[in-house]
Amino acid sequence: MTTTTARGAAPARKATGTGTGDAAPRRRRRTRSDLRVALLFIAPAMLGFVVFYLVPSIRGLYLSFTEYNILGTPKWIGGANYAAIAKDPLFWNALGVTTQYVLINIVLQTVLALGLALLMHRVAKSTFIRGSLLLPYLMANVIAALLWFWLLDYQIGIVNNLIDAIGLPRIAFFGSEEWAIPTQALINTWRHMGYTALLIFAGLQAIPQHLYEVANLDGASPFQTFWKITMPLLRPVVVLVLVVTVIGSFQVFDTVAVTTQGGPINASRVLQYYIYQRAFTESDFGYGSALAVILFVILALVAFIQMKFLKGNESDLD
Amino acid sequence: MNKKAVGALAAAAAAVLALSACGSGGEASGASGDQAKGEISYWLWDSNQLPAYQQCADDFHTANPDITVKITQRGWDDYWSTLTNGFVAGTAPDVFTDHLAKYPEFAKTGQLLALDDAVANDHVDLTQYNKGLADLWVGEDGKRYGLPKDWDTISLFYNKKLAAGAGISDEQMKTLTWNPQDGGTYEKAIAHLTVDKNGKRGDEPGFDKTKVEVYGLGLNSSGSGQGQTEWSYLTGTTGWTHTDKNPWGTHFNYDDPKFQESIAWFAGLAEKGYMPKLETTVGASMADTFAAGKSVINAHGSWMIGQYTGYKGVDVGIAPTPTGPDGKRSSMFNGLADSVWAGTKKPAAAVKFAEYLGSAACQDVVASKAVVFPAIKSSSDKAEAAFKAKGVDVTPFTQQVKESTTFLFPIADKAAKVDGIMKPAMDAVVSGKQPASSLSQANDQVNSLFNK
Repeated sequence: MTTTTARGAAPARKATGTGTGDAAPRRRRRTRSDLRVALLFIAPAMLGFVVFYLVPSIRGLYLSFTEYNILGTPKWIGGANYAAIAKDPLFWNALGVTTQYVLINIVLQTVLALGLALLMHRVAKSTFIRGSLLLPYLMANVIAALLWFWLLDYQIGIVNNLIDAIGLPRIAFFGSEEWAIPTQALINTWRHMGYTALLIFAGLQAIPQHLYEVANLDGASPFQTFWKITMPLLRPVVVLVLVVTVIGSFQVFDTVAVTTQGGPINASRVLQYYIYQRAFTESDFGYGSALAVILFVILALVAFIQMKFLKGNESDLD
Repeated sequence: MNKKAVGALAAAAAAVLALSACGSGGEASGASGDQAKGEISYWLWDSNQLPAYQQCADDFHTANPDITVKITQRGWDDYWSTLTNGFVAGTAPDVFTDHLAKYPEFAKTGQLLALDDAVANDHVDLTQYNKGLADLWVGEDGKRYGLPKDWDTISLFYNKKLAAGAGISDEQMKTLTWNPQDGGTYEKAIAHLTVDKNGKRGDEPGFDKTKVEVYGLGLNSSGSGQGQTEWSYLTGTTGWTHTDKNPWGTHFNYDDPKFQESIAWFAGLAEKGYMPKLETTVGASMADTFAAGKSVINAHGSWMIGQYTGYKGVDVGIAPTPTGPDGKRSSMFNGLADSVWAGTKKPAAAVKFAEYLGSAACQDVVASKAVVFPAIKSSSDKAEAAFKAKGVDVTPFTQQVKESTTFLFPIADKAAKVDGIMKPAMDAVVSGKQPASSLSQANDQVNSLFNK
């Protein structure tokens, strides 16, 4: 999606500028028929969006002002859920734990993915190697989590047996409060790294080759080329990647659900898991919905700030 | 589409995901139709019991050719969320295995069919069940929501070879005593059964608690608020009870110094190196590590008999839980039942099958498979005999019932919320991160759930 947008944008803008009076009515007609075709193409996605996202979200917003245990009828209680959340130590804990997860996950994942993308662009031209980087991403989240849960098991996990074999103390990757979140952040870094790299790789390919040729002629070092040409021109793609991955990262759930389930104690009780716990385990759907609304607001803010300050909607290519 | 729009839409779409998880709803359809025929569905979670209940269903179909029962087995974790979703979506099973920790909320929200009329009309003899089991399934409103199917108690499974190697006889295992101060002979045995990498036992000088090879006592979990298999067999001997009354308690007693003293002793075992640290047990199966010879004694429930005695090459002994300060043993007495969903489209057939499951005809079949103890007294004697025929002496489990040293599983409203508070609180204490006195604060939180 990213590449087509980046490539398609410039010619489209030029075409608008070259319009003549003679062509105007024809274009208007075309615009109208374009609109009809566009609507036709958008309709299935729109239908899915309305039915599966928009309507449930509005209902979720409504439920956040109610006391609702799913089996009865919702009872309107105004902002009581939100007032309770403000004083809920587990909510603040979840916010902290989730932030810790996102920081570790995103920083590592983005840096590694950038490195992989550069390698794919410059060194590894074989489709096989490029494709195999995506393999972890093709695995279901739950399977990846269970696989690592097993590999990192304290007693029988191969990793701990290796650690033991070289004489170091075994590590309770999922059992200790210190390790639970970093471990899960690393697992998901491993899983998503290849996909993120692919997105960045697409961005790299959109950078015109002649810029590098010119830089080369001017005697720029690879280091200079990277910081003065690659990075600035890659910015819109990196920002988009960051926005999408940060949002995804904030919603970490499946890994926690199949491994630590919020524990040990509250060390991995991330926001999404806490929402699930309150709503589905404790049948407090009103409170769960209110938590979800708060997560929504946080994510919207984070995305807005990222777009605004990293200028993700402007390209230096123009 | 320009880049700004792509980004904004991607952000909005992804963020909306967060909200949409909580917004489904609907109404369970009411019961209708009154002929005992057609296909009904039955759910259970224990795969070990599936063959027994499949036979019950087949026998039931032979006796009632108009009714076919379709059984679905689902693991414990998925079972309850699928069931709740089924209540809402109208796809819940007609009859299902129910648990004491879950049914109060189902009953309160009108999901369970009261069975009082059926029991009266069909003359179901409630005295045929082991004492107390039938009463467990009468809700706060005085109506019956289940017919007892089985029961379970706690005992000590132990590795006979490792115990004998430490010089601890079966007789000694059967006569252990315990108190929360020094742990009595129970702690002495546990300490002596613990061995470190250098072969030093837990009660010998020079024992290295950081390099333990074999633990005297295995650890399953912190036990959350109930400690069914973890510590309730100990706290029960101190006169402590989970709640002010049972069933339907509204005040919990986790702030009782007697209780906190017992839990402090329990957590201390990990600190002394006699029991694995809680952090090392995440994702591990206590029974499997027992089979691997990593722990010698495992306190566990009677539903685990098949698994413990099924490991090849491991000679397993079963001993009753230790005698406590009150001079008696103690075991939680838990019972399952079959409930009928209020939204069933075939109530007559569903009730008929639930009654069959609660009858000696089916419970004798379950008994013959030697997997659990059926609720009916005569059937549970048959199960004991069936276990014996397999070479397993289950007296330690049954003697608690015969000697009336059991106490009932604590039945209270808001069980899931209590668990949500007590699980992390108890984890913190058992892992040594918090003192046992921190449970007082958790107790306040739990009790405030009932003061609203």
